[in-house]
Amino acid sequence: MRVNRRKFLQGTAAAAAVGAFSGNAWADDPIGVASIHDLSGGLDIYGKPMVDALTLAVEEANAAGGLLGRQIKLINYDTQSNMQLYTQFAQQAALKDKVAVVHGGITSASREVIRPVLDRFKTLYFYNTQYEGGVCDRDQFDTGVTPAQTVEKLVPYAMKKWGKKVYVIAADYNYGQITSQWVKKYVTENGGEVASIDFFPLDVTNFGSTISKIQAAKPDFVWSALVGGAHISFYRQWAAAGMRKSIPMASTTFAVGNEHIVLSPEECNGMLVCYNYFQDLKNKTNETFVAAFHKRFGEDYPNVTELAMGTYQGFRLWAEGVKKAGSVDRMKVIEALETGISIDAPSGKVTIDPPTHHCILDVHIAEVNDKKLNVLEDFAQQKPSDTAAVCDLIKNPNDNQQYVIKI
Amino acid sequence: MDLIALLAIQVIYAIASLALISVGLAIIFGMMRVINLAHGEFLMLGGYVAIVATGHGVSIWIAMLVVAPVVVGIIGVIVERTIIRFLYGRMVDTMLATWGLSLFLVGLTTAVFGNTTVGISAPLGSFQIGAYRTSGYTLFVIAVAFVVLGGIFAVLRWTRLGLIARGTMQNANMAAALGVNPPRVYAVTFGVGAALSGLAGAVLAPVSGVFPTIGVAYVAKSFITVIGGGAAILTGTVSASALFGTINQIATFATTPVFGEVALLATAIVLIRLLPQGITGRFFRRGL
Amino acid sequence: MNARARNLLGLALVGLVGLSFLILTPRFAELDTVLDLTVYMIMAILALSLALVWGYGGILCFGQSAFFGLGAYTYAIAMFNFGESTIPLLLAIALPAAFAALLGYFMFYGRISDVYLGVITLTVTLILFNSVNSTAGPEFHIGSARLGGFNGIPGIPPLNVPGNKAAVIDLEGMFYLSTAALLATYFGLRLLLASRFGRIIVGIRENERRAELLGYDPRAYKLVTFTIGGALAGFAGCLFANWGNFVSPTIFGLAQSAQIIIWVIVGGRGTLIGPIVGCIGVQWLSAALGANQPSGSDWWTRVLANAPLILGIILIAFVLLVPKGLVPTLGDLGQWLLRARARRVATGLKPKQAEEG
Repeated sequence: MRVNRRKFLQGTAAAAAVGAFSGNAWADDPIGVASIHDLSGGLDIYGKPMVDALTLAVEEANAAGGLLGRQIKLINYDTQSNMQLYTQFAQQAALKDKVAVVHGGITSASREVIRPVLDRFKTLYFYNTQYEGGVCDRDQFDTGVTPAQTVEKLVPYAMKKWGKKVYVIAADYNYGQITSQWVKKYVTENGGEVASIDFFPLDVTNFGSTISKIQAAKPDFVWSALVGGAHISFYRQWAAAGMRKSIPMASTTFAVGNEHIVLSPEECNGMLVCYNYFQDLKNKTNETFVAAFHKRFGEDYPNVTELAMGTYQGFRLWAEGVKKAGSVDRMKVIEALETGISIDAPSGKVTIDPPTHHCILDVHIAEVNDKKLNVLEDFAQQKPSDTAAVCDLIKNPNDNQQYVIKI
Repeated sequence: MDLIALLAIQVIYAIASLALISVGLAIIFGMMRVINLAHGEFLMLGGYVAIVATGHGVSIWIAMLVVAPVVVGIIGVIVERTIIRFLYGRMVDTMLATWGLSLFLVGLTTAVFGNTTVGISAPLGSFQIGAYRTSGYTLFVIAVAFVVLGGIFAVLRWTRLGLIARGTMQNANMAAALGVNPPRVYAVTFGVGAALSGLAGAVLAPVSGVFPTIGVAYVAKSFITVIGGGAAILTGTVSASALFGTINQIATFATTPVFGEVALLATAIVLIRLLPQGITGRFFRRGL
Repeated sequence: MNARARNLLGLALVGLVGLSFLILTPRFAELDTVLDLTVYMIMAILALSLALVWGYGGILCFGQSAFFGLGAYTYAIAMFNFGESTIPLLLAIALPAAFAALLGYFMFYGRISDVYLGVITLTVTLILFNSVNSTAGPEFHIGSARLGGFNGIPGIPPLNVPGNKAAVIDLEGMFYLSTAALLATYFGLRLLLASRFGRIIVGIRENERRAELLGYDPRAYKLVTFTIGGALAGFAGCLFANWGNFVSPTIFGLAQSAQIIIWVIVGGRGTLIGPIVGCIGVQWLSAALGANQPSGSDWWTRVLANAPLILGIILIAFVLLVPKGLVPTLGDLGQWLLRARARRVATGLKPKQAEEG
């Protein structure tokens, strides 16, 4: 049964991978890298660009001669937005494929599912999605932004531009709830007032009464932490009610799923967002990257998202760690990464912060304009201060949990 | 005062959209006792057809109201002829087949369109009610719902096709003995049900977004509405939508959206407990 | 060979296969295969619970995942509060059973039947999903266990030997436990269905009015069946929480509910082996389709790397070609082959004999 399955999978993969891989990727003991993302089901809008970026990163590394003289083999798992498959594929990656590193997990839920599995089977894990912060685990590295890096910058900027009264709407799950608490904290710190915080289940598509409530509250601007395809309908209905011109919006979740391309300019122009990466960043590394990306995946590729860049940067950081350690052994690579490895990434300089295993990176504030994101202001080298408040892996290397950061 | 007017429009809009998304399923289930788990995907396809048509320069109104229903209706007939036809009377197997169909349609749409598709924005601008603004498109959706429901009523009540359909629904063998061709009636009915779902999906596309997995958000609600409504297609769907839509919107407005959803579901449970055959099992029994 | 002997032979065969599977697999298979098989065994118990309730009881329950999820959550919450696993395990069976009894009373004594049952059970599981999903803040906790909202409850401590907190079950032990539990459930259900109770519920499924006129109260029997199904699903949930050491609200979702129904249909309603086979088959297929995806954007890749597309085609083809489900069809095939052989033997007269006769 085992042998047949493997043959079937290899046969399928080989047949379909015509032209997708450079020729000699399978020969002489390649280094295994596993990708565990959702490529179908509701979360595929996030997963697909991440896997594409990882594919490009692996191909670039292989073209440059591989790592430590060995080729890198990317093993792709599609968890189909199913938690059980996350566990199964993490086990498979660690035990059967015996990979050197796993890049995966999109929602915090999926991360918390595979983190203990990879801990138990001693496999290195990179989580590359922006999230609520607080994970403290020596076996894991996080390359996504946390609220202290983005929300802290966007709130005062928006308040200075528009006013002090904020209405918060958020997706009703952990990330939305925690982000809204951070927003409230920074709004109050800057002398403002939060009119209300409303939560929406992930599959709500009818926001009529909410729009009425927002109008009744008369805020200066609306903060959106809405996530997912169904929540796009809020922006549509908001614009349809003619509200876009009267009350502006800021968000640290908008555009991660390419909402600014799906919606028309009349529906979202003027929105402010804050992320680590924008495809239009003007620096040499980014321009080379975007050109290579478009060459590989087509000129009409919608947008390289923040999460895709997180994955790309995660792989590059890991590769640097391997080169410095001179081996793919997990502990050696961790120790190498903990010396504070830095890369020159398309989003700017990205450095690993040793006590938290999170990243110090540049963030930028941008405005949505005609399906593009125009960068307005830059903040260099933001530290992950929210996680640093609860996590110090140098003092407590055996720490292994996600802290809930007191706000 | 304006807030009450605004809220009233929201409630009627919720009822109208719920009725619109359910009526296609009501026809298919009511006529043929087929549990169509791919119903959400027909809605999704309607949205995509509207987007593609608009992208090719067709006027948005024609795309939504004509092209989408026609194309999805044809798809419905094809599905019926190739899959459903073999499964009449086997409700359980139609569930499996339509579940497979829904997966297939989601996969196909993702393969063809990718995950990021440009949508269409709502036409018709907005208007003012006192101190509040609301979207003119809301009124359009309400109008479409009225027209569609009215049209179905007219067809069922006053045309020969409606008579044949009702007769086949009540007693297929008798209808066959009287010279009607039940397989043909079923094919047409499934096609009409699919077309209506496509219309609903297209009309809602400007306000709800279109992406391959949006069907999931609609399936459960439309099922609960159709079955809560009971055996009569039209009166059942309308009465159930009215009840659920009102409670959902008022609960959402008064408390939180989560509670609004839970309120709708809890109402369904209480309703079916009190009226085990759905609303039209007890009231409006002579309705269509 | 008469029917009774064949039946016993079949049971013995299942027992033999099951036992050898239990003993031999950890020896010969790699750890990740053992882990995968463990979850398939657990899900097979869940499939059996619906097989009992729907296949034999005729109750279309669209919300079996509600009891599954309740079992998992109960175990997790109780485990964080008690620290020792005997009580949580019992609670994980008792609470879903009690909930099933309550819901069953509400439904069956209200004379609700077929699709309406399906809708009520569906709404129940959706209410649970929506409620648990929104419990993300720290104020949502039961004792010392935070509900965690969409993130769920990670890091659930595993079962331990009753009374001995330190003797925790390990990965192989989990496999043994799950497989043994599946075998016990299977044989237990066979016993139940062969008893008077079993025949009565099948009779109720076939024709409720007739059973009622014969003096059996269908509501009570359906209630008991539903409760047993709920208890089994809760037990499976507890094992699932142990396998993955996590539980999250998606366990209550529509996708999970539909999956269980798909397993039973694919395997064959009205049998017990069928849903087990269907469950393991469909799960294995989904995992195989998800693993080792090729990357890139060319057309062929997009089709092949598309799990829903392929799974959908397979399911549609399945329902058209194998309408009764896997196991009944295989059974029919076997019978046809046997009868064909018997016919050939019976008509093997020599030509001369036929003329003279």
